[in-house]
Amino acid sequence: MSNPTQADVLIIGGGIMGASTAFFLRQRGVSVILLERWLVGQQASGVNFGNVRRQGRFLSQLPLANRAHRVWLRLPELLGEDAELVRAGHLRCAYGQEGADRMEVYAREARDYGLNLELLSTAAMRSRYPFLGPEVIAGSLSAEDGHANPRLAAPAFGRAAARAGAHIHENTEVKSLSKDGVDFRAVCADGREFTAPVMLVSSGAWGAKMSAQFNEPVPLVVRGPQMAVTEPMPYIVGPSIGVAATTLEETLYFRQVKRGNIVMGGCGRSNSTTEPRTAPVLPEHTLTQFKQMARLAPVVTKLNIIRVWSGVEGYMPDDLPVMGPSATTPGLHYAFGFCGAGFQIGPGVGETMAELIATGATDTPIAPFSIARYATPAQAPVAQAAA
Amino acid sequence: MAQPGVIIIGAGPAGVRAAEELVAAGLRPIVIDEGRRDGGQIYRRQPEHFTRSYESLYGSEAARAQAVHRSFDALRDKIDYRPETLAWNISEGHLHVVSDHRTEKLPYSALVVCSGATDRLMPVPGWELSGVFSLGASQIALKSQGCSIGGRVVFLGSGPLLYLVAMQYLKAGANIAAVLDTSRLRHQIAALPKLLARPRLLQQGLSYIAALRKAGVPVLSGITPVSIGGSAEEGVTGLSYRDAGGAAHTLACDAIALGYHLRPETQLADLAGCAFRYDDETRQWFPQVSMEGRSSVANVYLAGDGARILGAEGAENAGRLAALSALADLGHATDAGRVAALGREQARMESFRRGLVQAFPWPATQAAALPDDTIVCRCECITAGELRRVVNDMGAHEANRAKAFSRVGMGRCQGRYCANAGAEIIAHAAGVPLERVGRLRGQAPVKPLSFRTREEQS
Repeated sequence: MSNPTQADVLIIGGGIMGASTAFFLRQRGVSVILLERWLVGQQASGVNFGNVRRQGRFLSQLPLANRAHRVWLRLPELLGEDAELVRAGHLRCAYGQEGADRMEVYAREARDYGLNLELLSTAAMRSRYPFLGPEVIAGSLSAEDGHANPRLAAPAFGRAAARAGAHIHENTEVKSLSKDGVDFRAVCADGREFTAPVMLVSSGAWGAKMSAQFNEPVPLVVRGPQMAVTEPMPYIVGPSIGVAATTLEETLYFRQVKRGNIVMGGCGRSNSTTEPRTAPVLPEHTLTQFKQMARLAPVVTKLNIIRVWSGVEGYMPDDLPVMGPSATTPGLHYAFGFCGAGFQIGPGVGETMAELIATGATDTPIAPFSIARYATPAQAPVAQAAA
Repeated sequence: MAQPGVIIIGAGPAGVRAAEELVAAGLRPIVIDEGRRDGGQIYRRQPEHFTRSYESLYGSEAARAQAVHRSFDALRDKIDYRPETLAWNISEGHLHVVSDHRTEKLPYSALVVCSGATDRLMPVPGWELSGVFSLGASQIALKSQGCSIGGRVVFLGSGPLLYLVAMQYLKAGANIAAVLDTSRLRHQIAALPKLLARPRLLQQGLSYIAALRKAGVPVLSGITPVSIGGSAEEGVTGLSYRDAGGAAHTLACDAIALGYHLRPETQLADLAGCAFRYDDETRQWFPQVSMEGRSSVANVYLAGDGARILGAEGAENAGRLAALSALADLGHATDAGRVAALGREQARMESFRRGLVQAFPWPATQAAALPDDTIVCRCECITAGELRRVVNDMGAHEANRAKAFSRVGMGRCQGRYCANAGAEIIAHAAGVPLERVGRLRGQAPVKPLSFRTREEQS
């Protein structure tokens, strides 16, 4: 079997961005080498909450999210598996009138991007979701959204890409990146070298270290989100549910998998680093989640949690990713720093980046995510995170 | 604020002896224990006001059990004892403990982890039926509640506990259908030189077998379990096995005590960041620990069966050694001669331990032969076939990856009872050495944690 060290495109990082880009590049007949430090989909792509939601995203991300949505619906056809996608909707909850008002504004604006949200009154919430707490006074439902299993999605893209001919090297740590003449060169810890005229950096929280090697430093910070899963209970929940809050502490989200366990996340992030393979879990955040769950869905608090976990995620100051061509180096592309909201959008990023790399253009607007926004001292204002 | 003190986790033989050393040095350690009473598993004390005698509860170990209990009773007002308290997490030099839904964050200058062991289990088709217990659980039922697990019990597996618990059941008047050991007589004979390191224990083991036989209990070695019969409604009704010669047999019973010696309970050592090593002889992972009880992490000490399966007596020594190491590292004067003597004693225990490993080998090949429809992970109801599928079709050759794809080890027990066998199945299906499969990473909480848990307001 051939094991080339040269391809059309070199992808650095095998999360959902890199793996799906590799897959869609192969669909276009482009040869691909993907280098992954550990295993495909093991970092942020594999340990996140599993929200497949467009609702609540910045409006500038909605075209990409809609594109991703269409890919998610085609997973069985594309990959031969569905990554446990449950299209039971994404429900945002408001605790007060102010939150309800914000959801209404968002629903109005999102409609222009083709995202239809159903605003639910207090009475409607009570009757449809009787397990929610009395503080919840309004909701916004994105009926087409839902949730999936993050442990399965990125590896499924990776395996499908490999079946389609991509050369995926796991347990391959890149020590340095450079461009020699026309080719990019990745030198690995084990001494192997790979080259290609085009390169995509999709290495999540590690992305800033990579972009810095091309004189494009970005102010990425590393954070660990925090999840927990309960023992199973009868299946009653349906949609993926989150609180539309203005503070991180109140921003709890949860979903129920088909076999009954409740997965929850939110309420805080640890100061993670890219050094250890696994991010630390802060017991204090778990306790905050317990308190917040008592407000949001008291029925869940009859249960025990059986496992907690965190991940290594890259956050940008404006909460927008770094995506698109390099501003300094022709042939270089980026797709990293998705600020804890990359899972749903991932397959759309992959399809878009593959299109951009293969054809030189895409109709999906990605200009707001350009790394060039950090090229000047004036930086974009810090925006609010959305659940 | 006062200097953080020393915390001992576990009030079994290792924890009690560690506490004793620390108190002798003038310290007042915190002793965290999940149990309602001290004693750990092997010296588990019956509930207050129960009145069975030491002799009937602990047999030949009555004097040792009583000594450990008396020592602990004498320590009670010199330590900060917290029974019915779960150590559920460790973060940045703090132990997180929960009791009655109140959680507290305890800083420590030294942590002595005496977390003990649980049964090491190998699935057999039908082991998910009600009526199947681990050997340890069978012993607890008897010791703590005076109950047998059934009216007609089969003891199945291998290891010293198989004969010890069967003997205890016999003495308690229970009806034993058979004692079926997967190890072969030649294993035991080959192990004799090492087992002679502790002649009293060897003698005891042999006497158990003789007593069982004398009472008319069939005691067979070299058997291969085939399946446990029964149904979800009626539970266990029988056991099919092959004898050493390969002939098939079926035995009627309504309960099965199952176990293949022990596995260390390592979740806390893992959460503390301790390094682990693969042990080829037993085909499992142990935390790295020196003879003196030092782990790879400064100020974290490991003792007892949670670090190395040396049994209760070895645990007592290890507890003392770990406490003396902690004291030395905290700047207290310790007696080097005593440490050396305890170390020599441990070397003898270690020789015996290796004899047991040789005499009662973990039946790794059974895992490879399990039919596809056998449940491996009982918490999540995942079969051997499903685990093999993620290895063969999804390329999951590593334990955590196979867990992520298949859910084996993802349930309430966090892999305590399926990880060993699961790893064997993965290694066989992937055609890689067991060591390469790795081990499941520990994740908090150590045991299920209620949503009602709130922080202690101090």
